[in-house]
Amino acid sequence: MAPSAPSPSALTLRDAVALSGRFPLLAGVDLEVARGETVLVEGPNGAGKTSLLRVCSGLVPLASGQLSVLGLDPSRQRNRVRRRVGLLSHASHLYDDLTVRENVRFAGRAAGGDSRRIDGACDRLGLTGRLLKTGAGKLSAGQRRRVALAVLTARWPELWLLDEPHAGLDASTRATLNELIAEASASGATVLLVSHESEFVGSLAPRVVTVTGGRVTSDRWVGPGGSPVERTPAVQPDPAEPRATVAPPVPGLEPEPPARVTVADPDHRGAVTHVA
Amino acid sequence: MWRDTLLVAGKDLRIEARSRVALSQVAPFGIVALVLFAFALGPDRSLMAKGAPGLFWVAVLFCTVLAVQRSVAVESVDGARDGLRLSGLDPAGLFLGKAAAVAAQLLVLEAVLGVGVVLLYGARIEVPWLIAASCLLGTVGLAATGTLYGALSAGLRVKETLLPFLLLPIVAPVLLAGTKIWQAASAGGLPSDGNQWLRLLVVFDAVYVALGIVVYGPIQESA
Repeated sequence: MAPSAPSPSALTLRDAVALSGRFPLLAGVDLEVARGETVLVEGPNGAGKTSLLRVCSGLVPLASGQLSVLGLDPSRQRNRVRRRVGLLSHASHLYDDLTVRENVRFAGRAAGGDSRRIDGACDRLGLTGRLLKTGAGKLSAGQRRRVALAVLTARWPELWLLDEPHAGLDASTRATLNELIAEASASGATVLLVSHESEFVGSLAPRVVTVTGGRVTSDRWVGPGGSPVERTPAVQPDPAEPRATVAPPVPGLEPEPPARVTVADPDHRGAVTHVA
Repeated sequence: MWRDTLLVAGKDLRIEARSRVALSQVAPFGIVALVLFAFALGPDRSLMAKGAPGLFWVAVLFCTVLAVQRSVAVESVDGARDGLRLSGLDPAGLFLGKAAAVAAQLLVLEAVLGVGVVLLYGARIEVPWLIAASCLLGTVGLAATGTLYGALSAGLRVKETLLPFLLLPIVAPVLLAGTKIWQAASAGGLPSDGNQWLRLLVVFDAVYVALGIVVYGPIQESA
């Protein structure tokens, strides 16, 4: 039997609901990301952006809905998914008693990375000389972030999940990070990037997804100047597959109501409320 | 699995070599416990020698709780547990690696405490290999159960107090068998039906190592 072709989609979420206890983290997310695509995920605090990344990495299971990561089902093929996915989260996942080199080597080897790539990742992030032998517990927040980035670079996953990757980095490391994202994308890796600092992301992410209240409320392509661009999705949804258009309401996490603007009525017949 | 076991055990032992928590805090705690037991028993050397095997294993159990808590604590800082989960390491290898690191530390602690009971209590050792065998088998069981219950309590806010409460009753067979074997070793060897205590330790080890290999992954995911 001929082997099945790899799925063209790196990430597929259909009506995805994730809970933390009884608190809804995702309230019916529909999202499709093609392989090699770089997507910026934005939204207000508490909208579910970090939860979206944790669900995609297999750290948080779905309560309902469907999730496919690199053609795999994270609920059944958890370890296979995790070996191919890299998450840069708010935590650095470092051991304070190990040196920078030991931390990167451990994480790199755990993911099956070879020594040359691990050393190269340290060089790339400026982790050289005495810094390599420094205990992670003595590093500044920005340096810890650099080590976490070196771990990700050493692993070079197929799906990069980056949660506020520019936070706490100096200008030169931000530039290196942007180079890494561009290289990852050019090498065929998929990048899902959560950021409030879109000015640092620049033209790296031609697609911008907005998450609000645990759902995707906007999905658009933007040009170099941030202007909207008409574009056909790289991955066409399967017409045979039922796709939820309206997510079911989840108690406790209704989507935020649209902003209301009240303007004076020129005919003095009372105020008129417009939905923006 | 074995590659992951070595990787995780090496990482935990390297962390211990740097922090020296077992040697600088856990071992002195065990010695202090032995001294306090001696105060409680009074100046009667024969009474102390008679109680030495049981007191040795009680001190080992206390040290096990501390060593396991330390093993859990290193994964609690800066999202390290999530890092381990995301690394895609085989959960069985992860369990065996963490248990092996705890076991290595416990063997060192048992050597220190063994010297302590000989010096403080005047404990006799007629058949050293028998005590070594019981320590080896007992350590495997303690490390396996400790790692398993440590993972179980890891995600809880009350893990520091819950772990001893969960762990100590479970490892009572190790205390019982270890004490009986040491008593037999002091008397010159195992009695005719004494093999049952060694067999008990072997069965205990087999059950908890197998259980850990199977359930450590799901426990870690739900913690």
